[in-house]
Amino acid sequence: MAAMHELLRLLGELDDQLVGCMRCGMCQAVCPIYGQTGREADVARGKIALLEGLAHEMVKDPQGVQDKVTRCLLCGSCAANCPSGVKALDIFLKARGILTGYLGLSPVKQAIFRGMLTKPRLFNTMLGLASRFQGLFTSPVNDIIGSSCSKLLAPVLGERHLMLLAKTPLHREVPSLDTKAGASGLRAAFFPGCLADKIFPRVGHAVLKVLRHHGVGVFLPPNQACCGIPALASGDRQSFEKLVRANLDVFGAGDFDVLVTPCATCTSTLKKIWPAMALGMSPQDQQRIKGLADKVMDVNAFVADRLGLIPPEPRQGAVSVTVHDPCHLKKSLGISAQPRTVLRMNPGCKIVEMNASDACCGCGGSFTLQHAEISADIGRQKRDSIKGTGAQVVATGCPACMLQISDMLSRSGDQVAVKHPMEIYAESL
Amino acid sequence: MNDALLKEFQALVGKDNVMEGEADRFSYSYDAAVLEPVVPGLVVRPASREILGRVVKLCNDNGLPLTVRGSGTNLSGGTIPSQGGVVVLTNALNRILEINEADLYAVVEPGVITARFAAEVAARGLFYPPDPGSQAVSTLGGNVAENAGGLRGLKYGVTKDYVMGVDFFDVDGEIVKSGSRTVKCVTGLNLAGLMVGSEGTLGVFEKLILKLTPPPLAAKAMMAIFDDVAKASETVAAIIAAKIVPATLEFMDNFTIRSVEDFAHAGLPVDAKALLLIEVDGHPGQVADEAEKVEAICRQLGATRIQVAKDAEERNKVWEARRAALSALARMSPTTVLEDATVPRSRIPAMMQALEGIAGKYRLTIGTFGHAGDGNLHPTILTDRRNLEEWRRVEDAIDEIFEVALALGGTLSGEHGIGLAKSKYLEKETSRATILYSRRLKKALDPKGILNPGKIIGE
Repeated sequence: MAAMHELLRLLGELDDQLVGCMRCGMCQAVCPIYGQTGREADVARGKIALLEGLAHEMVKDPQGVQDKVTRCLLCGSCAANCPSGVKALDIFLKARGILTGYLGLSPVKQAIFRGMLTKPRLFNTMLGLASRFQGLFTSPVNDIIGSSCSKLLAPVLGERHLMLLAKTPLHREVPSLDTKAGASGLRAAFFPGCLADKIFPRVGHAVLKVLRHHGVGVFLPPNQACCGIPALASGDRQSFEKLVRANLDVFGAGDFDVLVTPCATCTSTLKKIWPAMALGMSPQDQQRIKGLADKVMDVNAFVADRLGLIPPEPRQGAVSVTVHDPCHLKKSLGISAQPRTVLRMNPGCKIVEMNASDACCGCGGSFTLQHAEISADIGRQKRDSIKGTGAQVVATGCPACMLQISDMLSRSGDQVAVKHPMEIYAESL
Repeated sequence: MNDALLKEFQALVGKDNVMEGEADRFSYSYDAAVLEPVVPGLVVRPASREILGRVVKLCNDNGLPLTVRGSGTNLSGGTIPSQGGVVVLTNALNRILEINEADLYAVVEPGVITARFAAEVAARGLFYPPDPGSQAVSTLGGNVAENAGGLRGLKYGVTKDYVMGVDFFDVDGEIVKSGSRTVKCVTGLNLAGLMVGSEGTLGVFEKLILKLTPPPLAAKAMMAIFDDVAKASETVAAIIAAKIVPATLEFMDNFTIRSVEDFAHAGLPVDAKALLLIEVDGHPGQVADEAEKVEAICRQLGATRIQVAKDAEERNKVWEARRAALSALARMSPTTVLEDATVPRSRIPAMMQALEGIAGKYRLTIGTFGHAGDGNLHPTILTDRRNLEEWRRVEDAIDEIFEVALALGGTLSGEHGIGLAKSKYLEKETSRATILYSRRLKKALDPKGILNPGKIIGE
């Protein structure tokens, strides 16, 4: 455990970012957690005040501050709505690292991040094993969604309805690819991300089908690592940097125009958080991060903007689809039109918009595990908005949102399919 | 806070609604005013009005200072608590109890969010005009306690013009009723009037009766560009003198224009010395007529260019530029001090000149924008509160801004309240007798001095 003065010194380095908060409180209008609890320490203004208080020794309890700072979905709604442009997300990620450095990382997280996540081969093997046994503890509960529940695991998982690990993850079926540019003249590196690889390989296959259809060459290197956001969100910068470097190594070898991912969170992590957190890494790594981040694109944005799609009119009797805007697409990257363009490429679909389509679904990665109740309260509102449209399908460009929304719909016994826009387009090809 | 008392609060409002940890308490030590934080001893969040009343009594029985807080967007320190006092949150009391379309009023709990209420009212085809800048998060209770204003003050008035009644708790937790649901009411002392702008020092709101109106049928917005601040301010006076009262009549100086353009790329003329953003509303015929007259006045008084919004999209653009003003200025420096000294509108040219002098004298950057039509300008000082030498100059400049405003026959605060920030100046505008009268009033109503002590009239 580092000394208190080191903690104060590191927090002091955040001061220039913290001081920009003028305490106007506008973040209260958009914070999903504050919307549930009404507690000031749950909203960005409160968290920033606490970090300033700690840095200036007006607050004495780092653990108390850490508990508040981690009650956050990292959805970025506050930053997107901040009148004075405070980069709240950067601040909270850095603060989690600083506070975890002082307080220490929990043994469970050490085992997960340092023992497993940072070793992609081992991680793949272990989850491969788990996928074979998970059926013993769970039973299917909703055919349309494909979810399961588990009485045995209830003490750990609560009432959650799960999307199980896929029998065959994407990396097993398609270990690597290196194809030439076709009609499009473009080559895309493909980063499926953990969830599209292990839980929703159908999304990965859909992306590959669409890219093939449009004559886009694909570079898919083996042994891709996690984007690092789970480790960073837990304050484990060491594991985060290790994962960043592992990915820089596997993608560094390729030659491509863009790097696409079907996961909103991975996209915003690679594109925005890697460069924001690069300070402190070697100049060479910083250079490599910048080079890669410049090429990163959400797969919907790539397909819609770079391949010149013109959606047809929906045909008679088209299935109604509603769209959820993932925070890490719309609020972080300003992408909301492109997923809609992509799914309108399927003439069998028509869009019915839901109320507050860009309201957070409440997943927030490990937030949903640590704060299951708040997460579910936020998720239920999303479920109600989806049901309100009467749509048969909800589409969203983020597998993490897909997990949460599947859980919420399944718990209510709703027969609404949850799909990625790329899946919907691929079905028409 | 001793254990027995803590348990009593927990028993009263429920354990989940009491916050006693350091981190939670610290997060209620500030509001939007640039002042030092003061950490309360306890924070409670009553889930019903009845419990709110019992909390007030419990505080009074134990002589605990009590500060009511809605969303903490106050710009004068009115929601900064007392050391060791109790912060009472109203944000769980957020029900709209009644919207009466036949009699044009609504009854609400104090924690209802202003914008939510306005939207709910609009959905019934009615209109609640007060629109303070913080309306997306501010509470109606806070608006009444501060007598909040907004962009529409010129034609539609401010919060006080929409308060028909306030039911509130006295320090013993008994309900005091005031006002009524009728247009006319002269029953009893005007206690509702006493509550408006009282900043939580005289009672704790239980529910509010608010006036509604039919919305205007049409609106037209325009932007007039000037190469001289004096010409812009003379135009403001001329519009009013022509017996036209626009719904909104906003001003931006050159520094603000350039900041907004840098930030929002709204297509503003960066070389203009001043802009007026004007909207007239009402019956379509009247709107067309008034818009034409306003345009003619602007031209006569030397506007170099006038852009009239042709449709809703263009109208929206005009107001987006205005809404971006504070954000654009706030991004220029770490600390933003937003003042609201107000002068009779005929004195705006003099006020503008004085502000320019003050910025030069104290070597500060001041961007000025605001509600020119009602004389309520917002000189906004861009600074860094960590730079102590500069901060002293900021404080001196603020003193001088107030002196000038008062010398011009103006007032210390148009809409942000006195709170802690301006209470030391109050006697300058009023008189010793005024302060003593107010203090005697407070002493009679709140003998132990528990209700938001120190605000407005000092301790």
